[in-house]
Amino acid sequence: MNPTAAGDTAWLLTSSALVLLMAPGLAFFYGGMVRAKSVLNMMMMVFGALAVVTVVWVIVGYSIAFGDDVVGGLFGDPTQYLFFDGLVDVESVELPTILFAIFQGLFAVITVALIAGAIADRTRFGTWLVFCAVWTVLVYAPVAHWIFDFSSDGHVGGWMANQLHALDFAGGTAVEINSGAAGLAAALVLGQRLGFGREPMKPHNLTLVMIGAGLLWFGWFGFNAGSALGANGLAAVAFVNTLLAGCTGLLAWLAVERVRDGHATSFGAASGAVAGLVAITPSCGTVTPLGAMVIGIAAGAICAVAVGLKYRFGYDDSLDVVGVHLVGGLVGTILIGFLASSDVTSVDGLLYGGGADQLGKQLVAAGATLVFSFTMTAAIVWILDKTMGFRVDADHESSGVDLVIHAETAYDLHAAAGGGGRPHFGGGGPN
Amino acid sequence: MKMITAVIRPHRWETVREALELLGVTGMTLTEVSGYGRQKGHTEVYRGAEYDVLLVPKVRIEIVTEDPEVDQIVETIRNSAATGKIGDGKIWVSPIESVHRVRTGESGAAAI
Repeated sequence: MNPTAAGDTAWLLTSSALVLLMAPGLAFFYGGMVRAKSVLNMMMMVFGALAVVTVVWVIVGYSIAFGDDVVGGLFGDPTQYLFFDGLVDVESVELPTILFAIFQGLFAVITVALIAGAIADRTRFGTWLVFCAVWTVLVYAPVAHWIFDFSSDGHVGGWMANQLHALDFAGGTAVEINSGAAGLAAALVLGQRLGFGREPMKPHNLTLVMIGAGLLWFGWFGFNAGSALGANGLAAVAFVNTLLAGCTGLLAWLAVERVRDGHATSFGAASGAVAGLVAITPSCGTVTPLGAMVIGIAAGAICAVAVGLKYRFGYDDSLDVVGVHLVGGLVGTILIGFLASSDVTSVDGLLYGGGADQLGKQLVAAGATLVFSFTMTAAIVWILDKTMGFRVDADHESSGVDLVIHAETAYDLHAAAGGGGRPHFGGGGPN
Repeated sequence: MKMITAVIRPHRWETVREALELLGVTGMTLTEVSGYGRQKGHTEVYRGAEYDVLLVPKVRIEIVTEDPEVDQIVETIRNSAATGKIGDGKIWVSPIESVHRVRTGESGAAAI
């Protein structure tokens, strides 16, 4: 392996590990936002998605996303790399394909895990795991094929990347709009939590939310700068843009809060940073640092307003997957049409003298992803609800899913909370 | 004067509070408590070890009021806290010798 390939490989190995760290990051971020009675379930939904999606990706997901196109740029040959068949090459002299394949698999993990936030506190764990597998195969893998699978010699990829020529560096469409639209569909089909809009449903632990936001931000460097697929100048630009947009997103969200509510909040800071990171995901490898700052500001401000829509329209997107990921993903994907710079990527956007051409392509890619994800997810959730049951019983939802589903409580803070009874193994022991 | 103490399910508290507010009750004290009665506890499992947890989380509401109000308040709490299942809780009423407002030093009905 030559030094360049070795450097690229080292960076992508590191990036893959960073993207994995986003899973526990998301578990903290979401876990702190729910009520104390369902924090373990929220974290388990994220860890469950990690386990299921990784396995499904290796079995068939990668083939659908990155196998040779079967028809019209819509999906790849599902049997081509079954169980990562053909990807094992320990003597590889270039960036190992199996490394690219698992890096992409971790993107699928995060995308699916994000959806959990829209349906917190009220879902059956077993059905959620089935949903993770089905959604990876039927929704994530095809959309990843559309936008991430570039054609090359002897290989035909997806329609967005190769025919439409939309720009999406690290997943504004496949990850952010995809998970956000899915969250909206799932929240609408499953319905509101009991007492939504009437009972207070405050975040139970904002320090966890802050830790989670920090871990997500750290992992995002792997997500975005790793998407350069090499240790090079483009990765460095993506890295800087990722940091900048998180900062301006944070500041913009706080500014909106200060003006609207009178206080800059910690929850707002965590949310604003994530909103900026969401929006810079598609654009980190297409805009200059100035463009990244603008995108972060736009995302922070617009998402700060968008998270209030659920109360107006009555959909219980519990942890604002729609307000942050769908809206932030749309902001970042569409602003590429204005702010793309030929210093960084192949085209100039509208504000850099490149005309409206790229903007039109971005709108088509964003719209297609939104409609496909929303429709497919609504159908999948509806079918799973009718067959397996997706919601827990009302009684169980009231008393808390941690105890009912997992037989655990997150916090044991009182001297007497053990409540008597020695531990014993298995059923039928002394009561 | 009487003190009404109610131990209810935590998730009914918001409903109870709204009902009492409609009735004109202007304040109360709330404590998070745990205990058990006819509703037995639950089993938790940690790495295969089962724990029979006897104690069930509840909230305790305390309201001090004048005698004529008591029946209506008790009835309101009962109606708004009930789910019909074992574990809905208890309400009891006890006599109060005197009440004093810390800020002004008022006592009796004026201090409620």
